[in-house]
Amino acid sequence: MDATVEQFPPHRKHDTHDEHAHHDAGFWRGYVFSSDHKIIGIQYGFTALCFMLFGFFLMLLMRWQIAHPQQPVPLGIGWLLEKILGNVAAGGAISPDLYNSFGAMHGTIMVFLGIVPLAFAAFGNYVVPLMIGAPDMAFPRVNMASYQAYFLGGVVMFVSFFIPGGAAQAGWTSYSPLATSIPTHGQLFWIIGMVLLISSSLLGAVNFIATIIQLRAPGMTWMRLPFFVWAQLITAFILLLAFPPLEAAAVMQLMDNVVHTSFFLPTGLAVSGNLAHISGGGSPLLWQHLFWFLGHPEVYVLILPAMGIVCEIIACNTRKPMWGYKSLVYAVLAIGFLSFIVWAHHMYLTGMGTKISAFFQATTMIISIPSVIILTCLFITLWGGSIRFNTPMLFALAFLPMFGIGGLTGLPLGFNASDVYLHDTYYIIAHFHYVVAPGTIFGLFAGIYFWFPKMTGRKMNEFWGRMHFWCSFIFMNLVFMPMFAQGMKGMLRRMADGGANYSAARVPNAMDTLPTSIMELHVWILWAAIALGIAQIPFIINLFWSIKHGEKVGDNPWESTTVEWQTPTPPPHGNFAHAPQIYRGPYEYSVPGHATDFTPQTEPENVPSPKISPVPIAH
Amino acid sequence: MKTVAQPDLQEHPVEFKSYVRTCIYVFIAILCATGLMIYASFLPHYSWAVKVSLILAVACGNAFVVAGFLMHLISEKKMVYMVLGFTVMFVAGLFWLTLYAMQDFPAGTTH
Amino acid sequence: MEIPYTIQPRPDTGIYNAKLGIWLFLASEVMLFGGLFSGYVLLRVGAPDGYWPHGWLDVRFGTANTIILALSAITTLLAWAACKVGQFGKFKFFHACTLALALSFLCVKMYEYHDKWIHYEIKLTDGTFADGHLVEKSTDFNLAKKIGSVTLHGRIVNDETLLYDLRSQKNIKLDEVTVKAADITSMENYGPWHNTYLALYFTLTGLHALHILGGSIVIGYLWGPGRKMWKTNPQQFTNRIEVSGLFWHFVDLVWIFLFPVLYLT
Repeated sequence: MDATVEQFPPHRKHDTHDEHAHHDAGFWRGYVFSSDHKIIGIQYGFTALCFMLFGFFLMLLMRWQIAHPQQPVPLGIGWLLEKILGNVAAGGAISPDLYNSFGAMHGTIMVFLGIVPLAFAAFGNYVVPLMIGAPDMAFPRVNMASYQAYFLGGVVMFVSFFIPGGAAQAGWTSYSPLATSIPTHGQLFWIIGMVLLISSSLLGAVNFIATIIQLRAPGMTWMRLPFFVWAQLITAFILLLAFPPLEAAAVMQLMDNVVHTSFFLPTGLAVSGNLAHISGGGSPLLWQHLFWFLGHPEVYVLILPAMGIVCEIIACNTRKPMWGYKSLVYAVLAIGFLSFIVWAHHMYLTGMGTKISAFFQATTMIISIPSVIILTCLFITLWGGSIRFNTPMLFALAFLPMFGIGGLTGLPLGFNASDVYLHDTYYIIAHFHYVVAPGTIFGLFAGIYFWFPKMTGRKMNEFWGRMHFWCSFIFMNLVFMPMFAQGMKGMLRRMADGGANYSAARVPNAMDTLPTSIMELHVWILWAAIALGIAQIPFIINLFWSIKHGEKVGDNPWESTTVEWQTPTPPPHGNFAHAPQIYRGPYEYSVPGHATDFTPQTEPENVPSPKISPVPIAH
Repeated sequence: MKTVAQPDLQEHPVEFKSYVRTCIYVFIAILCATGLMIYASFLPHYSWAVKVSLILAVACGNAFVVAGFLMHLISEKKMVYMVLGFTVMFVAGLFWLTLYAMQDFPAGTTH
Repeated sequence: MEIPYTIQPRPDTGIYNAKLGIWLFLASEVMLFGGLFSGYVLLRVGAPDGYWPHGWLDVRFGTANTIILALSAITTLLAWAACKVGQFGKFKFFHACTLALALSFLCVKMYEYHDKWIHYEIKLTDGTFADGHLVEKSTDFNLAKKIGSVTLHGRIVNDETLLYDLRSQKNIKLDEVTVKAADITSMENYGPWHNTYLALYFTLTGLHALHILGGSIVIGYLWGPGRKMWKTNPQQFTNRIEVSGLFWHFVDLVWIFLFPVLYLT
């Protein structure tokens, strides 16, 4: 029995006033200044993917510089850089200042303009209201404002590359006093961009929490929510409470930059050999505390939505309920709470005493427990399942070991003693990239392939999807795995020459220099990164081509139980004619005695149809 | 204190007087708290640490009155003000934690 | 399908959507001001002894502002109560009071900022400090060229720490003090650049004043063009007054902590 017929008759005689307004909306109100959560979700997704591509390109330029220091970038790119950016790219080579700005902006763009908008805002906006049976988000116009603030913030960040002096150079962490001492305006643009992005996230977070609490359909109790919704709820709470201290710190750093206050500038600060004309009395540590107070919860913002997506895809493609649903929920709640009290593990080398370091070390170790619980539940769900190896499932499956590697390599970093050695080395880069790049990004790719049919009514091409998967999987590992070795050998982060100054080749008779074998890895990593970039081309083509030419499918091609699949495709404005009634939990797959191997949440109890074999769904 | 569940436009005008009464009491409480804080800050024979603790305690009481009555937190569901109360404690804990972090130094180092 | 619970509260939470939304937003604002307050705490605790200012702000202005804001919080609540009982005339009156009180708060604040702006600390070549409010600069005053003079209503001290803790000094005598440009090493007014305490003062009260301004704009809109909704949807209008009132009370709450922290300690 087709649940969608119940919810929304095909002949819509009685359009609501809103629908009429929407039908009559032109291009601008309908697609650009829309307050419909689905359009906003797609806007976020598209913009975020563009920024991710840009951030990827910045990374390629950096990897070139690391592998071939001071050599002009080939294929005319160096020439183009010099034309656009001038002196900093003299001769087509990337100067150290330019490298630093690429590094700072790669981090900022990937985290704040790429992953968070895609994972939280794009998927959340499109899917969450549908999953809980709501007509839209609680505050649609605030939703639109939140996208516009994000877009503006992105424009400010992008434009900062082209101002005299270029973009911010002080890392994505923008530590004072360096951030205030750099005499160009890039840092100012960075701060303004960050304030806009933070405001966007705050508005979005308010919207998500209010929607999930207030707009759940009748029968959708807390323990019947799909895990993806729980993950988004916790993510929203983290954003709501962790971002404002960074906004406060950004305001203070703005004051330091523009008005010459000394919030973060210590007494006796000297810049370029001269005593700075400041009042002093500030504390660089204060910036670090305020930054990392956001910075650590931020990484949970990066991972939780992806965990949610992977959970939905695994449940659907193993035709089994999630193992340990309650454990998953309590674990994600614990992660949300604990993420606020671990931040100083990013600051072990700032001279904190043993007592406070022990505290943060303990909480950091404790927070690994709920993460392991979530991963364990996902793994155990696979046991005994009828696994369907479609493209979303491949990405979701790969997420598990990749996040496992990322998470486990975080343990030596959580311990104060080992972190003293590993801090600011390539080991850290490898660790967090494993969690975010083959971790979160694979989860997001999985989500794109999974929910594409709901947005467009067509599936993406399966062959090219698998190509995309295998190439990405192999090359991601080839890019990041060597970095663990480099980090353990002592190679530090943010070195524009890739460590050449500390290499055995440069300084032959000194102890503990970087051996040639380690330095040679740079070239391998560069080639792997280029191959990784090439591997994304089929994905981009597939994405756009499939919108018009992909294989047509029905409303629920994956035979999923959750509510978003029980709507027409694409869901109309207002999503449902009347509030759907929810009868059961989200993962009723392979229920014994039932005719079909899945029972949608919206299907009423005691329906006579189980005796009749259902019309087979074509895919 | 009035509950806020249903805005009811047919209410007796007498109800408005009860709002006025509450407001007057709250205003007097705020004035007293302010006066107390000013008095405490000018006390001559105490250290700043003692005075600051006293003043902040009064300020917290003042805040409670504003939040409880003017923002009618008291008439919301118990869950709401328990959650908010927990948040307040949490924030206070975070303040303390950051302060402690800045004060804890490795032995034998200069700072 | 319309979005539910925009006016009627949801049974299990007991509130309507916008109220939950504003409380969530206020929670984030608590963290915002909390971040700034934590900066205050850390910078004050870390300051060397004797160099943290006390008594640089006039308690009378602060008290006046406290009373103004407390009154405006009361009138906001009464405006909402008037809407609830259907007395639109009373609403208009109380809402106008709130707006007027908000604007007077900002006026007092601007006066206080100006007072700091014209307050100078001048380091003299003989190691002493002249400190006071600017009376006049001589017409030919040029600090770089060392010509002219400047007159302050203040005092000259030998020990800079005397300029910090004003509370512990009884009967500070202030006079007209004229200083020649040739004797000046450096001259700076009491802006945010002068001292971390002032940086915190201007940032905290500046951000607070921005919130007052924003709140005033919303209140002004609801009192003015926005009041049309009373005729078409009085319940939703009442909710809007309540939600904006909650924001306004929060702004008052922040001031309840700002006043003692900045003025009294």
